[in-house]
Amino acid sequence: MSEFLQQLLNGLSLGAIYALIALGYTMVYGVLRFINFAHSDVFMVGAFIGYYMGKLVPEGTLWGGLAVLGAAMIGCALLGMTIERLAYRPLRSAPTLNVLITAIGVSLLLEYTGQVFFGAAPRNFPAIFPVRNFSLGNVIISSNQVIVIVVSVVLMVVLQLIVYRTKIGTAMRAVSLNPKAAILMGVNNDVVISFTFGLGSALAAAGGILYALNYPSIDPLMGVMPGLKAFVAAILGGIGNIPGAALGGLILGTVETFVSGSQFSTYKDAIAFAILIIILLFRPAGLLGKFTVEKV
Amino acid sequence: MRPAPSGLTRSLTRCALFFLPFAAALAAAPEPIKVGQFASLTGKEASFGQASRRGVVLAVEELNARGGLLGRPVEFLVEDIQSKSGESATAVKKLIARDGVVAIVGGNASTNALEAAPICQQAHVPMIAISSTNPRVTAMGSYIFRACFIDSFQGAVLAKFARDHLHVQRVALLTSMSAPYSVGLSRVFREHFTAAGGEVIAEQKYSEGDKDFRAQLTALKALAPDAIAATGYYTEAALICSQARDLGITLPIFGGDGWEAPQLLELGGKAVEGSYYSTHYSAESPAPEVRAFIAKFRARYSGETPDAVAALGYDAMLLLADAITRAGTTAGPAVRNALATTKEFPGVTGHTTIDAERNTSKPAIIVTVKNGRVQFVSAVTP
Repeated sequence: MSEFLQQLLNGLSLGAIYALIALGYTMVYGVLRFINFAHSDVFMVGAFIGYYMGKLVPEGTLWGGLAVLGAAMIGCALLGMTIERLAYRPLRSAPTLNVLITAIGVSLLLEYTGQVFFGAAPRNFPAIFPVRNFSLGNVIISSNQVIVIVVSVVLMVVLQLIVYRTKIGTAMRAVSLNPKAAILMGVNNDVVISFTFGLGSALAAAGGILYALNYPSIDPLMGVMPGLKAFVAAILGGIGNIPGAALGGLILGTVETFVSGSQFSTYKDAIAFAILIIILLFRPAGLLGKFTVEKV
Repeated sequence: MRPAPSGLTRSLTRCALFFLPFAAALAAAPEPIKVGQFASLTGKEASFGQASRRGVVLAVEELNARGGLLGRPVEFLVEDIQSKSGESATAVKKLIARDGVVAIVGGNASTNALEAAPICQQAHVPMIAISSTNPRVTAMGSYIFRACFIDSFQGAVLAKFARDHLHVQRVALLTSMSAPYSVGLSRVFREHFTAAGGEVIAEQKYSEGDKDFRAQLTALKALAPDAIAATGYYTEAALICSQARDLGITLPIFGGDGWEAPQLLELGGKAVEGSYYSTHYSAESPAPEVRAFIAKFRARYSGETPDAVAALGYDAMLLLADAITRAGTTAGPAVRNALATTKEFPGVTGHTTIDAERNTSKPAIIVTVKNGRVQFVSAVTP
């Protein structure tokens, strides 16, 4: 029983990180109807900003950790908006496929620029938050896992409030529903799209820091696998749907952890993707997605 | 059908006379002997590549300072394989076909050596694997040699160490399924440990590049083993140790020479304290050849202490130089035959005698991490 609880906890803390990254994919898809493949590399840049900022603040303090987290989120928000401005906005009226290819290009650009600037060797991420282990019976909870879960939940609640309770959130939903009608209603689409990218990238940065806290070896290609998993999580939950992305991330993280802990650990990615296929067979729009018929 | 005009003969003679001074100039500056290395200079196994390259470069510089080989200078070329599978084959093809190297010194992770070996074998270019311990490497062909011990020996050493030194009965294995090195070492360890009366109670698996081992470790913890053997490479080993300590696992964790890298201590920090691994040499050894090597290495690389992989790189290059000198030529088959008959060649990592399978037997050293430093525990001779 305690093994089960421990695995559940491990899975949830991994899943919470997937969920944070998945939110960025899903928000951009919701607004622009394309997959921003560079998102997973913004996640990597977030971890590296954290690595350099972590050297400026004293190790193992709560305020220091939060300052690093904030700095990485702001840095990546700016990076995300810059990418959108330079790479995607000029292609706004081009077919989605062109933007998709550009996104892959931006992703590779970030990865290999990262290798030039940061070097390809893995680096040790500093312990920016205080580290302590709590034990509940046989279940050991590390403070990093608590931080991952708390920060993720707080950010998801904040995101939900932004999207449903603020003016810019209303504008985001308007653009998502019908971009042309939104312009006619006086929404400045460029500002909304820019804001969406900033918000998504900030979440990716938070994901990057939390991931690096739990797995403290970071390198410029660290975003590839978590990015892919988060992308799957976004589709699993129903792409374009914010609670769906969170749910998808949690499911994927938990399943992956339970498979890793069994005798089939070599197949963990295969099983995670098989689950995706099975769910999509029965619910083509994802768990929480609504299937809409394209109007001709 | 008249005989060739004498004018042509005359002009040919004149041509030859014209080129004579150039030929003399060429003889004055003999063509260098090119030796190539493929190594992960970047990526998650970068420590192996960087350390072994430093060792090889030190050996090449020494050889050139002594006048080179066969009166020709040695030119060293290195290709980065970026810790990626698939790159070794490309790098070795390029070194052989474009650069025209006479031999390849290289191969750290066994998987890379296994990729490069068939190409060297086909081109009849001798290859000396530096720290690839998987037995299959030299079985790839008659031109493939190695400078280090093999895993059938290392696995036996680890099993004996676990039984006699750690006094453990029940061991759990953590194997990297995508590294032939790890798979082979786990298998040999299991055989010898069971034969010595121990029990391997479980084997958990992961893949190269994984970062989350909590699931596997939680499953192992529930089985209450006496120790954990992690047979993969240092990046994963460091993460395994730190996640194990996070989960409250205080058991000894040990591994093979794949742990040998300064990054193990950097990435693992306090979590790797009290861990053990087997390796090829100890910088604490009082042997005069080891002391001399360390002094030269520190003088060349601003005070850095060489690790086992650097020592093996140095030895591998000198093994090749010895073979070329004895062969008296750089032709592939002759150098191969000279390498195959190497007897008692003195090196930093012990004496090398190449056996019929083109392997060598050398002593293994068990080390432990204590107070942030790697310390000698015991030496096991074959």
